[in-house]
Amino acid sequence: MTIEPNRKDILLEMRDVRIDGFSDERWHKIIKGVDLTLRRGEIVGLIGESGAGKSTLGKAAMGYTQPGCKLVGGSILFDGIDLVKASDADKRKLWGTRIAYVAQSAAASFNPAHRLIDQTVEAATRRKIRPDAESRADAVELFRALQLPNPETIGGRYPHQVSGGQLQRVMTAMAMSPRPDLIIFDEPTTALDVTTQVEVLSAMRNIVEEFHTAAIYITHDLAVVAQMADFIKVLRFGEEVEEAPTRQMLTHPEKPYTKSLWSVRALEKPEVKGEDIVLSIDHVDAAYGPLKVLHDVTISIPRGRTVAVVGESGSGKSTTARVITGLLPPTAGAVSFNGKPLPAALKDRSKDQLQRIQMIYQRADTAMNPRQTVYEIIARPLEFYLGLKGKAQEARVIDLLKMIELDESFMDRLPSELSGGQKQRICIARALAANPDVIICDEVTSALDQIVQEGILKLLLRLQKEFNITYLFITHDIATVKAISDEIVVMYRGKVVEQGLKSEILAPPFPDYTQLLLSSVPEMDPDWLTNLLAARPA
Amino acid sequence: MQSEKMATRSSDHEGNARLNAVLATILKRLGLGFATLVVVSAIIFSSISMLPGDFGQAVLGQSATEETVAAFRKELGLDKPAVVRYFEWAGSVLQGDLGTSFSGRNASGQDRSRQVSDLVMPRLWNTLFLAGVTALIAVPLALFLGLTTALYRNSAYDRTVNAATLTTISTPEFFVAYILILFFASLWPVFPSLANVNATTELGERLYRVALPALTLTLVIVAHMMRMTRAAIINLLASPYIEMARLKGASRSEIILKHALPNAWAPIATVIAFNLAYLVVGVVVVEVVFVYPGIGQLMVDAVTSRDIPVVQACALIFAATYILLNLTADIIGIVTNPRLLHPR
Repeated sequence: MTIEPNRKDILLEMRDVRIDGFSDERWHKIIKGVDLTLRRGEIVGLIGESGAGKSTLGKAAMGYTQPGCKLVGGSILFDGIDLVKASDADKRKLWGTRIAYVAQSAAASFNPAHRLIDQTVEAATRRKIRPDAESRADAVELFRALQLPNPETIGGRYPHQVSGGQLQRVMTAMAMSPRPDLIIFDEPTTALDVTTQVEVLSAMRNIVEEFHTAAIYITHDLAVVAQMADFIKVLRFGEEVEEAPTRQMLTHPEKPYTKSLWSVRALEKPEVKGEDIVLSIDHVDAAYGPLKVLHDVTISIPRGRTVAVVGESGSGKSTTARVITGLLPPTAGAVSFNGKPLPAALKDRSKDQLQRIQMIYQRADTAMNPRQTVYEIIARPLEFYLGLKGKAQEARVIDLLKMIELDESFMDRLPSELSGGQKQRICIARALAANPDVIICDEVTSALDQIVQEGILKLLLRLQKEFNITYLFITHDIATVKAISDEIVVMYRGKVVEQGLKSEILAPPFPDYTQLLLSSVPEMDPDWLTNLLAARPA
Repeated sequence: MQSEKMATRSSDHEGNARLNAVLATILKRLGLGFATLVVVSAIIFSSISMLPGDFGQAVLGQSATEETVAAFRKELGLDKPAVVRYFEWAGSVLQGDLGTSFSGRNASGQDRSRQVSDLVMPRLWNTLFLAGVTALIAVPLALFLGLTTALYRNSAYDRTVNAATLTTISTPEFFVAYILILFFASLWPVFPSLANVNATTELGERLYRVALPALTLTLVIVAHMMRMTRAAIINLLASPYIEMARLKGASRSEIILKHALPNAWAPIATVIAFNLAYLVVGVVVVEVVFVYPGIGQLMVDAVTSRDIPVVQACALIFAATYILLNLTADIIGIVTNPRLLHPR
């Protein structure tokens, strides 16, 4: 950022922008007066928790508000054009040509009915920026620049035929095709595995640099924004918390809220070795129909400890959990609990065996019956496993709510009346209600904001200490692994690559895949991506 | 990077492989459709056997002696076990022979009965003609109304069209028919109120005579198809890729026609198939009002007179119509869905 602002360079100027959204039958303030100034070629990072208004503000920079939202005040000037006063037709002329948008879920944001190339050149062709044939040739060059495989032919494919990481890069090419002045990246890498994220990040950064495009980069991941942005703006509850150049923001955040965001990643549990094996998985193979997904998986889980299973999507983490719980009987091998083999299929297990192993899911809102109250959700396992009824049941529910740091006023609420973090706490209480020995946690924090994640992780650690519970913790997030685990199992393509104590796994020398996985986790250092790419063989 | 290798096969052989895969699916569906038809034929046969009353009794009257009725039943083959009769019937249907009508026969032995196909085919042709004329008007009209109401949703136009189509679908069809007769045959006599056609009626005359029944049926079926089209399109408008299209500068009509409609064909085709099937099998009321010699009337008459071969033939034709039209809708769903047409 230059110290003396040069007015001529200013591309986007938003002043006191206010946006209201309609929900629960009334209007709420979503953005409460935010300023943003962006110069040509500059990248601003917008960060904050979900609900902070990042996406809404990003789209407002295009003069667009989603259905159910309306701009109620402020001014938005894009290159001298007043986007607040501009007609729909005038805004449409800018959209997709001078201002482009890259959405969070590329898989949902590509039209399933059209080939990638047609969607890539659609905007440029509509506005006749150049002849269609030239746009198509240019798109191939963009695919090449974004390191997509087979750049000549990949455009002929349909969205469902390429992977999520590739789609995200095609979407960047689509945004870049008309050579816009401004691109809005709305959490473009959130849905990707860390290993893929590195490739997409570096491709996006290179191409934005090459064409000197200005960008608004929206994310909740600080480490990611540190790689991309020239300066960072922190948002909370629709208001600006602070804004500063990236390096200054990372080293000297001023506001307590920003500091708390920064500190989340510092949580780390000291590891303890465990000898008493409570659950062991021996040479398990498993398949979905003809598709074999687990190959000779052997994992030992010591009592009262946390074993983290890490790997990218499709590596067999969740399938392992399904084998343990009996939802998917293995084709070979066995699972034993306290030294005794468990029946392979769920229906052959006794009530006692079922009670001992409980599960918590990634998406708390789909794991609860939306028509049952918190009381009913927690009381169900109490009655089913322990036969608790009446007063004793009620006392125990209140007890469990206290354990998860909620009070009895929550008993009559429905899941829809809870926040994301509260929902996950109720799921934890439901698992605890059965007095289990082992709880399988399947990506339980990955749908949550970082501060909420920290609260859930701390809760899980406290419960482990109090009740000597064993966790099998499935995650793809290395920061979470550091925070909670004693031992780590690295999985890749249905096989166990490595397993051992946290200190052993997270210390060199690494097997190739572990090295790739660990090095791909973004760090809070603006030079991390540059250094990483320099270190990796091309 | 491993997944990338998988995702980028050469597309040279893809075309042929794709066509074969689609053909295989269609053949499989056809086979399934045939199997369904066989099951349905058994159901038709057994339920008709369970109809109360007896053809012999019905024809010969209450006064006939037991011996006469028995002799008559024997002549028609009704004395054989049901299973044997079913296979005889199914076997001859497979060879294209629908059998001989029961009516026209007399206990006296003088046989003036006719082939079922001679009875059914002209009627079926009439019904298909009326259904075809109606479909040619109703389907394009419904699609047009559905797309334009989706485009201008919640406008006065949208509300008017919705209210009008709701009114026509909520009114009993005989009532719609009589209203139309009142206005277009009685007050302003532009069309005939009777749609009596026969094999020798010429095309122009035929079209003129079926105008009112076709209009009645159009009013009855347009609402369903139009509302489904509108709902299918509007349902898609909340998708992220529609927002993406907007943010790429697409206009409203481009969004509807280019981004929403290609993804909406499957539900639209299903509801069109359903309504076309109704045009063939469910129009007996309209046929009665306009005295139109369609297959619906034939079947009702045949049920009344216990003319089992005709009833069976009609029921079988109705079942085949349903199965074929649904099959067509399925195939449209497949060829308009790139996920099925271009597997990974």
